[in-house]
Amino acid sequence: MRNSRPILLLEDDNVDAMTIQRAMNEIKVSNPLVHVANGEDGLIYLHKSDNEKPCLIMLDLNMPKMNGLEFLKIIKSNAEFRQIPVIVLTTSQQEQDKLESFKLSVAGYIVKPTDYKKFVEAVKTLDLYWTLSESPVNMN
Amino acid sequence: MALLKPILLVEDDLVDASTAQQALEDLRVRNPVIHKTDGEDALEYLQNPDNPIPAIILLDLNMPKISGIDLLEVLKKDPQLQHIPIVVLTVSKYEQDKLDTFDLGIAGYVIKAVDYDEFLRTMDIIVRYWIWNGLLEKERETQNAEL
Repeated sequence: MRNSRPILLLEDDNVDAMTIQRAMNEIKVSNPLVHVANGEDGLIYLHKSDNEKPCLIMLDLNMPKMNGLEFLKIIKSNAEFRQIPVIVLTTSQQEQDKLESFKLSVAGYIVKPTDYKKFVEAVKTLDLYWTLSESPVNMN
Repeated sequence: MALLKPILLVEDDLVDASTAQQALEDLRVRNPVIHKTDGEDALEYLQNPDNPIPAIILLDLNMPKISGIDLLEVLKKDPQLQHIPIVVLTVSKYEQDKLDTFDLGIAGYVIKAVDYDEFLRTMDIIVRYWIWNGLLEKERETQNAEL
């Protein structure tokens, strides 16, 4: 990534979260990964002023308590958080989910490949893109 | 075979536009490229229901008539167009431009490289990313190849 701020991962499946961490380690992404299990915990993390604001949010859609789309609606209407790029990482191939997410200005929608090697490739491309792309550094 | 959605390139500098088109051709991107030279022309294209809605928009910021930021503001308020991912391709390194455009929900902000090889490398990353998003296609499946 372009900077050293954390990546916030919202994912209720612990195995998937571990796979993402493993893939990030493998391609040497040094940003700390902050993992929370649902949208509600994601909001709690963001609102806590001691926590460093993430450079990127990776978002699963199907989660208990508050799902990904509900979380997106809240942060995209919040002036403090809406400039953080959100990438949906999901198993949902439903066009409706994809359209809803892009309507809420996600900066990517990647269907998680089940094959680990392909998954690493996806994370690598994601890392290259978000290293290439500038981010608002004044974001605090 | 279904028609591929186009890439809409909004760029007032004709040299920059043809460089971007050349890069997309060199990268064997199958999606057609539609070039508009300012925000007004782009908006006219987008608001005509006869035209195919683009897969993504590559947007310059400093343009005559309607600037990139003005165009972004209009698109993000339009329920028919707000879902199109917009990648800013610019020479502007101003923090305010980055803040304003991310605030408006862009999907990337890339500084245009002057050197063609470097520019091609950046376009390759952009293309590979949007292939993973299922929005672009290449002639040959080379998304896993190292450049």
